[in-house]
Amino acid sequence: MTARRLIIIGPLVYLTVFFLYPLGAILAKSLDADPFIGFGPFSRLLGDSYYLGRIWFTIWQATVSTMLTVAIGLPVAYLFAKHEFPGKTVLKAVSTVPFIMPTIVVAMGFIALAGPQGLLNSALMDIFSLDNPPIRITNTLTIIFLAHAFYNYSIIVRIVSTFWANLNPRLEESAAMLGARRFDTFIYVTLPLLLPAIVSSAVLAFAFAFTSFGVVLVLGGSQFATLEVATYELTAKLFRLELAGALAIIQMLFTYAFLLVYTRFQAGAAVRVDLVPREATSSHKRGTGQTLFLIAFVFGLLAMLSPLWALFERALSSGGGYSFTHFTGLFSNESGSYFYRSPVTVIWNSVRFAAATMAISLVVGTIVAYFLARPRRHGAGVLDALFMMPLGVSAVIMGFGFLIAFNRDPLDLRASWFILVIAHSLIAYPFVIRSVLPALRGMPVQLREAAAVLGASPTKTFLHIDLPILSRALLVGSTFAFAVSMGEFGASLLLVRPEFTTMPVAIFRLLSQPGAANIGQALAMSSILMVIVAAGFIAIERFRYKDMGGF
Amino acid sequence: MPILEVSNISKSFSDGYAVYDVSLTAERGEIVGLLGPSGCGKTTLLRLVAGLEQPDSGSISFDGVTLDGMAPKDRGFGLMFQDLALFPHMDVIGNVSFGLRMQHLAKDEVRQRVDDLLGVVDLTGYGHRKVHELSGGERQRVALARSLAPKPKLLMFDEPFGSLDRGLRESLQTEVRAILKEIGVTSIYVTHDRDEAFAMADSIVIMDKGSVVQAGTAQELFKAPRSELVARSLGLKNVMLGTVATPGVESPIGVFPIDDPALGNNVGARVLVLIDDRQVSIKQQGGSAEGPALEGIVDSIQFHGGESDLVIRIGEGKLSCLVRPGDVSMALAAGDSVSVVVPPHAVRLVLLDR
Amino acid sequence: MSHLDKVAFLLFRTTEQLGLKKEGTMFSRPTVLVMVLLMVMALAACGSSSSEDENRELVIMTHDSFNIGEDVIKAFEEANNATVVIQPAGDTGEALVRAILEKGNPSADLFYGIDNTYLGRALDEGIFDTYEPEGLHNIPEQFILDGSHHVTSIDYGYVNLNYDKAALAEAGLEPPVLLEQLTGRDWKGKLVVENPATSSPGLAFLIATVAYFGEDGTYDYLDFWADMRENDVLVKDGWSDAYYGDFTMYGGDRPLVVSYATSPAAEFFFSETPLTEPPTGNILIDKATFLQIEGIGILKGANSPNLARKFIDFALERRFQEDFPDKMFVYPVNPDAATPDFFKFAEVPAQPAGISAEEIGKKREEWIDAWTAVVLR
Repeated sequence: MTARRLIIIGPLVYLTVFFLYPLGAILAKSLDADPFIGFGPFSRLLGDSYYLGRIWFTIWQATVSTMLTVAIGLPVAYLFAKHEFPGKTVLKAVSTVPFIMPTIVVAMGFIALAGPQGLLNSALMDIFSLDNPPIRITNTLTIIFLAHAFYNYSIIVRIVSTFWANLNPRLEESAAMLGARRFDTFIYVTLPLLLPAIVSSAVLAFAFAFTSFGVVLVLGGSQFATLEVATYELTAKLFRLELAGALAIIQMLFTYAFLLVYTRFQAGAAVRVDLVPREATSSHKRGTGQTLFLIAFVFGLLAMLSPLWALFERALSSGGGYSFTHFTGLFSNESGSYFYRSPVTVIWNSVRFAAATMAISLVVGTIVAYFLARPRRHGAGVLDALFMMPLGVSAVIMGFGFLIAFNRDPLDLRASWFILVIAHSLIAYPFVIRSVLPALRGMPVQLREAAAVLGASPTKTFLHIDLPILSRALLVGSTFAFAVSMGEFGASLLLVRPEFTTMPVAIFRLLSQPGAANIGQALAMSSILMVIVAAGFIAIERFRYKDMGGF
Repeated sequence: MPILEVSNISKSFSDGYAVYDVSLTAERGEIVGLLGPSGCGKTTLLRLVAGLEQPDSGSISFDGVTLDGMAPKDRGFGLMFQDLALFPHMDVIGNVSFGLRMQHLAKDEVRQRVDDLLGVVDLTGYGHRKVHELSGGERQRVALARSLAPKPKLLMFDEPFGSLDRGLRESLQTEVRAILKEIGVTSIYVTHDRDEAFAMADSIVIMDKGSVVQAGTAQELFKAPRSELVARSLGLKNVMLGTVATPGVESPIGVFPIDDPALGNNVGARVLVLIDDRQVSIKQQGGSAEGPALEGIVDSIQFHGGESDLVIRIGEGKLSCLVRPGDVSMALAAGDSVSVVVPPHAVRLVLLDR
Repeated sequence: MSHLDKVAFLLFRTTEQLGLKKEGTMFSRPTVLVMVLLMVMALAACGSSSSEDENRELVIMTHDSFNIGEDVIKAFEEANNATVVIQPAGDTGEALVRAILEKGNPSADLFYGIDNTYLGRALDEGIFDTYEPEGLHNIPEQFILDGSHHVTSIDYGYVNLNYDKAALAEAGLEPPVLLEQLTGRDWKGKLVVENPATSSPGLAFLIATVAYFGEDGTYDYLDFWADMRENDVLVKDGWSDAYYGDFTMYGGDRPLVVSYATSPAAEFFFSETPLTEPPTGNILIDKATFLQIEGIGILKGANSPNLARKFIDFALERRFQEDFPDKMFVYPVNPDAATPDFFKFAEVPAQPAGISAEEIGKKREEWIDAWTAVVLR
């Protein structure tokens, strides 16, 4: 065992202590609760057409959602990878905002836009003097797919565009020189080369759609329950922990099998694509046609984000006019509630937890990616899939696992904010792995070897060779680690004490009571969340490693 | 009549002109070498001809047909990039057959042609190798075969051998030239290495800062370099600017006699003073040598192989002098005072255009 | 087995289960030992905190809708020289699961938020100690949640149908006076309810329909729900989703929603512009509303049982009872406690559904399963 291999021990310890141990603890406990321990709960679930239906629905809705997500994400990735235009950084940040929005808030954006009384419908009803709203997509499957795409397309955009921007443009030019039409070039050259990045990001999108909870519930209604919802029902409402545990295990087996297939594929498709610095790839000049195309494209993207604008509009409207009432309202604790926290505190909590999550995820994710990137590493696929598992495990089960695993000395974390950061980092670090791995695999080996030959120490090689090349991918990973933490609220509701209230938790609390002022303030807080997150994205984007330029 | 005609073409990027008012021609079957330092616009010129960039002004025509606005794929040209840009996700056959597949040729035809080409580049049996399993030289051959496959009317090379070691590069040059000549394809060969240009090309175009400074065969260029830069590009060692005066040409290191009366009449004209470093000798103490002696101080000594290059500071200039093994001058060190003898036949004077 | 032994055991077991052991080269025995060693160090570093005077700290676990005044808590802390920590733990169901999972080693002393839909389960699990506070005799009989005194009632509310006044007026409809009306054509696609399997008000309304239609007879509650399904009832999993997602008041297309009798009062209180009456109204059909009583109980094995008892006493006093109505929008069980003025819009139904907590405890799952089969499958 070489020193290089030993480095994986850190992440393995982390995974064991903070993932496998709590998961094992809750599963052991829930299955122990059943006197007929063994296959009883499993055969019950698999013999019940309702649960079989949930399993089937979960798989196919996730598949369709992922395909739609990729279909929407790829053109946008192209826009960001291949074109420079004013305001690009801001647009890129804004286009990633949907990823972190609380589901109920996004749902309200969708409803404000395309709901029965939404902008589109009222406009159409006015224009064509209709009696009923023509667009009816709320509480349908279509809106679930659309919402999943809306939520997750930025995963595709970020990961693929980074890879795309660094893809050697001579490859496409060579194809053109060999007589290939644009379409052929895309199908035979670009697409296969992008495939590792596309699949890598699609896996994340799939995992999110597969374990979807809020989106499905809020926009779809109860007839569209996923496995995750069924697990929640069994746990928190029906108190059939043994069934919940069994269902969670079934979900995990599916996820693991799926991830295993993916990592096998990834290892097989590993192509050493020599990535080149970004400056060499961006186009210099555009004709008018291209400029028009670009403008249309950007407008299309902005239109796609219109549910967000609708939210801003609603946050600012009060009693028939526009005002900052709801924003100022956030700053006063009129009822003198014990649970009230000022927006400053709440924002600070969110930001520092997100920063801590980012730090942990970067360390864990980068080390794992390095370990996995070595060609022909024995068992890498198994390990890769294992490290991705936190994404596929039922959140409610995991939450309770945390509570019973870390509830006594020496690991009594129940009262600590650390438990929250750890929970967030478990969902965040897979993003670092998935964004860094394609870049690492595409990194020119000669460069590192040359550095080693020239006598650079491994640390020096890392700092001067690897880091500049990986910096883009690391930034993408950081962006998502930050985003995951900023937007997460399921685990936060379960684990967090009032003094650690985060923005999504504050929004959730406001929305748990009826009344226009509550919803107004919730949307005001959501608007602040959007702005903070977009600012965070821009800050991360602006970060450059030394003066190596934007790789 | 030339088959390729590039007329007064210019192209600018955000940081200024990359190519400015360049004209260039190539005869059918000719290999044109495009020589110049990095960043002089050679690559941009290639990309303009290929159609990968659109010129701001000027035009390009091939075989009497103007290429303005024509897409790269429709030009029927081939281009081999510096980094080769082999498709990493395909094997050797996949790469070589790509252009043929794009023409939707019959499978048998494609296979036959690929087999032939692999034979031509001496890679028979390598068809199913992955690109990353190949050595540097093998990759060049695959790239060449891939470029040749669709039978391009014009084949362009952008420093394709830049990353190879000298030995391999030289053997590939000979091989590639033989193949090109055998097929008879018109080619443009971009390089910053003059030896490579001489070895590969029938005629040479020297570029600097986006413009063509001189074009011609190697002999023509050597005979009458039109500028200091051209002379240096050709690899000449001692290149100085001088002025015609009486009784001789004044140069930074001294005055040289004029034996061509026609030149002598142009008092005040600028000339290139070219001194053959192999014929310059160091005056031994007590020895005698023909020609006037120049006094100087040893500036530096560079050893390569058995010979060494002695640079001597004389007056305001420097003079390079080739020292053969066994010569006592080998013992000199920087700072030593020496007398240098420049025999008249070592000096060549070229009148520069005004 | 000690804690660390368990960790080590788990580690070995999991690596084995995941088939990593087969990868002999990757996880040699010394490696695993190093891993365990590192983990022990990590554990040691993370632990070792929280050992103050725990008897002066009172931890209250509750659901995330709980709300109380800061000054009220402060008053209790000062009077008892204690620190109060309130730990929300998800919705009531999640909080209860947590309490059940922590049985014997509770992370809290008190559990607030058990209602008559969850009481049976909580009592079955035996997570509470009994306590009979002084203030109990003052509470009217119908608001006593638990005769066995494991859980003391603190507040109550009613789950019923709310309607959007403007939307009904526009549609030319009067609020229904019988549940049967809802299966008629006029009300097709007009109602959004919450899923009883995931939401408290959803379950409460299901129970109300059980009380209203009965479980047997020619037209029982399942017949009603089957007709409702035919009539396009929309089911959402949570109250927020239904209320803010589908209620016409907030952009949806359903003028009727299952909510609380206090919701119109809250709409009045939280309105953006001053109103004379709320924009929504209560539909209070006899036997078709559900009285939801919430209580507090001392968790078995609590660290500070004395403080916990004192807190229950305190929670029944007027100070506490008068503080929460405008925060949680529920009624205080102490009849001496005054409610805010605008509670006049939170009308109290004359005759709520009469189903005991005991019966609910027995039949909850059966009803939910039957309902799910009829409405969702």
